[in-house]
Amino acid sequence: MAVFFHMGGYALYVWGSYGVMAVLLVAELVLLSRRNKSLVARLRSLREMEKDAE
Amino acid sequence: MAINWFKYASPATFYPLAGRMLPWFVWTTVVLMAVGVYMGLFLAPTDYKQGEAYRIMFIHVPAAWMSMWLYVVMAVYAAIGLIYKTRLSSMMAAATAPTGALFAFAALWTGAFWGRPMWGAWWVWDARLTSELILLFLYLGVMALRSAIDEPGRADRASGLLALVGVVNVPIIYFSVKWWNTLHQGASLKFSGSAMAPSMLWPMLVLTFAFWSYSFVTILLRVRCEILERERHADWVIDLLDNGPSGNRGR
Repeated sequence: MAVFFHMGGYALYVWGSYGVMAVLLVAELVLLSRRNKSLVARLRSLREMEKDAE
Repeated sequence: MAINWFKYASPATFYPLAGRMLPWFVWTTVVLMAVGVYMGLFLAPTDYKQGEAYRIMFIHVPAAWMSMWLYVVMAVYAAIGLIYKTRLSSMMAAATAPTGALFAFAALWTGAFWGRPMWGAWWVWDARLTSELILLFLYLGVMALRSAIDEPGRADRASGLLALVGVVNVPIIYFSVKWWNTLHQGASLKFSGSAMAPSMLWPMLVLTFAFWSYSFVTILLRVRCEILERERHADWVIDLLDNGPSGNRGR
């Protein structure tokens, strides 16, 4: 296991690449799902205000 | 049987369709990522020249391919939007740019982490590296121009035009290793065949399809946001908000 993480002395470079790649992909998905949730919530509350005004 | 493709060019039709496609792409992405990373880190043998550092290529090459491919996709959507004035095409172009920028950044980042041990430098002003950096700036420019203009129609036209002009950079990236004899190596995978052993080729191909499928997920998610934002006054969006699929709030 230690041998695996050591990556033949290239641990920083291999994990620095795979790690950042994973962080980028997950971060984009998290940001997108947040954007979607807050957008739907905002549009819903705008809609409620419209209904109340009617 | 003729399929009416213009039907799917309507945001009202595409919004639920994108929602139905999403779970399929999510699961395809999860499976392909797991298989690709397992093959790349466990099954592929150690390279006799580069040691374990060459495993970076399994994500570097797919990321670079996707960054170029998504730029072409974005430019084609932008062109269709400019020519036919179809709103959905421009929204798709807008939805493609951030994911393309992410892959361009990832290609540069993983390239630097490979270049440092192999070339002895994080960065060199090589033709391939420089043109890929320009690609990242083009993506960021298209996104910035779009967000700088308030009126959606004008934002579509201005950023679409920039996207189209910038497409000239894609063949420059692709052929840079042939045209300029600088540091970056030539293609290992050509249309005429591969210079790689199958055990090293497969992780790269699987992860390419994983990134492709991932791009479908983020682009479909993002275009759904774009559609809701821009069509919020349309009857179907109001209907969706009042009694949509997840909209029954116990009243």
